[in-house]
Amino acid sequence: MTQRTKLFLLNHGPLLTTVAIFLLAYVIGGQLYPAMQKPQVFFNLFINNGSLLIVSIGMTFVILTGGIDLSVASVIALTTVASAVLLQNGLPPLVVMPLMLLMGIAFGAVLGGFIHFLKVQPFVVTLMGSFFARGMAYIISLTSVTIKDGFYNDLALTPIYIPFVPNAYVYSYALVGPVLFLVTIYLAFFTRFGRTVYAIGNNEQSARLMGLPVGRTKISVYAFSGFCSALAGIVWSIALLSGYGRYAPSMELDAIASVVMGGTMLTGGVGNPVGTLFGVLINGTIVSLLQFNGTLSSWWTRIGVGALTLVFIGIQSLFYVRRKTSG
Amino acid sequence: MTRQKLLARVRESRLFWPLTALAVILLFDALFAPGFFRIGIIDDPVYGPHLYGNLIDVLNNGAPLMLVSIGMTLVIATSGVDLSVGAVIAISAAMGAVLINPALGDRLITNDILTADTTNTPLPLIILADLAAGTLCGLWNGFLVSRARIQPMVATLILMVAGRGIAQLITNGQIMTIYYTPYFWFGNGFILGLPVSIYIVAGVALLAWVLVRKTALGLFIESTGVNARAAYYAGLDERNIKLLAYTFCGFTGAIAGLILSSYVHSSDANNIGANYELDAILAVVMGGTLMSGGRFSIVASIIGAMVIWAFTITMYTFGVPADALTAAKAVLVLLVILLYSEFSQRLLGRWSLRKGPSHDAAH
Repeated sequence: MTQRTKLFLLNHGPLLTTVAIFLLAYVIGGQLYPAMQKPQVFFNLFINNGSLLIVSIGMTFVILTGGIDLSVASVIALTTVASAVLLQNGLPPLVVMPLMLLMGIAFGAVLGGFIHFLKVQPFVVTLMGSFFARGMAYIISLTSVTIKDGFYNDLALTPIYIPFVPNAYVYSYALVGPVLFLVTIYLAFFTRFGRTVYAIGNNEQSARLMGLPVGRTKISVYAFSGFCSALAGIVWSIALLSGYGRYAPSMELDAIASVVMGGTMLTGGVGNPVGTLFGVLINGTIVSLLQFNGTLSSWWTRIGVGALTLVFIGIQSLFYVRRKTSG
Repeated sequence: MTRQKLLARVRESRLFWPLTALAVILLFDALFAPGFFRIGIIDDPVYGPHLYGNLIDVLNNGAPLMLVSIGMTLVIATSGVDLSVGAVIAISAAMGAVLINPALGDRLITNDILTADTTNTPLPLIILADLAAGTLCGLWNGFLVSRARIQPMVATLILMVAGRGIAQLITNGQIMTIYYTPYFWFGNGFILGLPVSIYIVAGVALLAWVLVRKTALGLFIESTGVNARAAYYAGLDERNIKLLAYTFCGFTGAIAGLILSSYVHSSDANNIGANYELDAILAVVMGGTLMSGGRFSIVASIIGAMVIWAFTITMYTFGVPADALTAAKAVLVLLVILLYSEFSQRLLGRWSLRKGPSHDAAH
């Protein structure tokens, strides 16, 4: 029994630590600033970090295969601009949204194809993708484009009240992240695709020798990340009702930091989307704490996220070494 | 036969591809941008007579990137990567701007004190503080990579995320404008008609070259990059070699920050040196150093940085907005990827074999 508990702790240690740190930060925040105890503050985390949650989930899969995707933030910017301009030209939203998602998938698949077929480092290829998407966003429009579409307006401004919690609401676009999260849980743990992702991350060579479809899976992982980025871009454009090439600056860093804080190892093969959810929540909690404090300046967010990333890497390697030695 | 060998040697040289790229860009300019190569002499009231023109701009504007790519070359040669150079540039620039501020420590600050062309800190001290701040950042990265054994990409990511926050902390969130004229010399001054910054690049490159080619250090770096464990078993302390590489990269980032802040007369923690880490990696990869480490060439990386800036200035000449430039840059990266990928290397190798006079079954 104790052996079992020990194994459980060793296997899920980083994730449990992430959850514990999130709860701790939240409870301490609640003690310091009583206004933070309101349930709405918790739901605001999802409203404010909707896009971040979505791209981080896509990034989790990429990192699980041992790769990295630096293009996510630029694809968000490109999606916001492209959809804003298309809507301005009178295309119906129900055409624009699938179009954007298709663009994201195609974009990711092309990057994945480069990585797989040309055997170039993911870092370099997705960097190119990042340059390309950001540049395209500016080529489409150098200035911010507002969205005046009725459907987008409705999505942006209609609150959905949470059952059983008085006076708490989210906007419809904040639900996209949690729904995607549930889908990816299924994807990661209960599908052949998810298991192949883990196998590739642990050892690509043995995955190939086992006869797993390495190439197909790798390309689909990047395509999925592209899909998530486009989805996050749509969410972003709904939330801000505009499109601009400067949106989501260095969000890829926030996404990577959230994934790492969630216990996923950048070498691949270890981690899961659940941790990522809590990584994003920690990121959001830090921002909320700064906002509630009011006197601390915004740059402490970045310093805090950097410091926490370091702490989590330390915790991870500790658990990793322990697990290796205990067999 | 000898001609064939010479061709093969030229093709295999590290400098071949970056020089070809530079030549292609300059050829393009020669054909489509008349006046691109025009170099004139201007008698500047502050800095005396000096050369000006697009080519001088390539050298002067490209100098910070060249510096950073020297440091990045060494880091990548140890099979690492330093994502934090942009943040290091911001920190170094912030350090300089704050120390120059003549009202440093004063409670009552008036506008004419703030914009006065004076400083209370001696210039050597400012430079020293700049360099020390950057070198310290490099040391931190090197410590995380070599002692704490964190993957280079993650270890430097920490400073990349936190660095600009630290820079803002130093300047208290302000965009600091610098009014102290002697400080401008590094980014705008001229010696014998050429920009000062290019002499700095030459100096640092020479220092690095002597260090890695006239001592065994270069060999140590390469062996660490090829196989760190084997290097360790061969009796090398690969940890200290990595530490040195990252520290040197921080040092070059600090000089780049000094030149950049001097060039634009200000320090904006959020934007100064933006994307430099990516450009530097691109320059190094273009210079033929593999991201997996091993053989490297400092000169090739510097030419790689020149290619990037020649390309940038060319695009500016054609009126491409700075923001949209990244799309064009993506095409540049794509070309690099295609040229350096295993696939095209194999194709090229096969092509030259087929053309070679003495190919037989043994190959």
